[in-house]
Amino acid sequence: MTDELEMEEGGGVVKKFMFLNRKAPYGTIYALEGLEVVLISAAFDQDVCMAFVDDGVYQLMKNVDTTGIDMKNFSKTYRALEGYDIEKLYVEKESMEARGLTEDDFIVDVTVMSSAELAALMNEQDVVISH
Amino acid sequence: MLHIVNKSPTERNSLDSCLRLATKGSAVLLIEDAVYAATKGTAAAAKLQAAMADLKVYALAPDLNARGVAGRVLEGVNLVDYGGFVDLVAEHNTCQSWL
Amino acid sequence: MPTVEVAGKSIEVDEEGYLVNLSDWDEQVADYLAKEEKVEMTQNHWEVVNFLREYYSEYQIAPAIRVLTKAIAKKLGPDKGNNKYLYELFPYGPAKQACKIAGLPKPTGCI
Repeated sequence: MTDELEMEEGGGVVKKFMFLNRKAPYGTIYALEGLEVVLISAAFDQDVCMAFVDDGVYQLMKNVDTTGIDMKNFSKTYRALEGYDIEKLYVEKESMEARGLTEDDFIVDVTVMSSAELAALMNEQDVVISH
Repeated sequence: MLHIVNKSPTERNSLDSCLRLATKGSAVLLIEDAVYAATKGTAAAAKLQAAMADLKVYALAPDLNARGVAGRVLEGVNLVDYGGFVDLVAEHNTCQSWL
Repeated sequence: MPTVEVAGKSIEVDEEGYLVNLSDWDEQVADYLAKEEKVEMTQNHWEVVNFLREYYSEYQIAPAIRVLTKAIAKKLGPDKGNNKYLYELFPYGPAKQACKIAGLPKPTGCI
């Protein structure tokens, strides 16, 4: 794969990273920790995308109010990703539909794609990190 | 790409998601409780058998042995030991662990 | 957890001096935290501190420095949205020092 890697101006290697999110938020710590890793990764100027599959699609729900469970409402933080130049957010159509959701239910703009499209995209990555 | 699954197919949907998102020619390695999926007569067996048309399926033998199911492995599943596990990881550019 | 006394109130801070509870923050607390950081608060300092508080309330995180400068440039213009300006105001790191004074947790991605 090395020969396919782009070189950026400073001579550093830019790799394609996919952060794959498969867990619902708030029930476990995976989603929040995963999001923090993504934000930190932004400091390294890599080609980063996020994919939401299975219960991971629930991370993007609008109308979240966590005041009753005494936890930080990190759903708002997904809207900060754009400012971190992380703009490629993919949702697997099958997972979204199995949960009765549509794009309008999400707090950020996403690209909805089929399993086959997402599988192909996953194959193109240099690194896949799953939370 | 190498896909690694470690959860029982009757407890979690990890294997289903893996099979849905693994492209033709990819490898799937079943370890820990996921090895139950590689055994005959289970609900996952048919799915796995169908997937083997496009995917290479491996199971970690020590985990099968530890669960008393080494004698029930589906035809077409390749058994590996820890050394084989390492070889698989080394042979593939990327790995995805379906935690 | 250590505590500090500000205007008769006892306030919890972590081992690095960041507020434990965001709700403890007010301008007196900010003044106290600024003194601890040896920062003399001017209108320009307040502008950045208030910007950070707004950012936090909108996104629930303290921004990384690169994101902060970009966002400030967008809102307050390029004269203020650059490293030089922000480091002059907060010499030990705008993300760290300004966030502390703003009562926010240490920024994510602050290495």
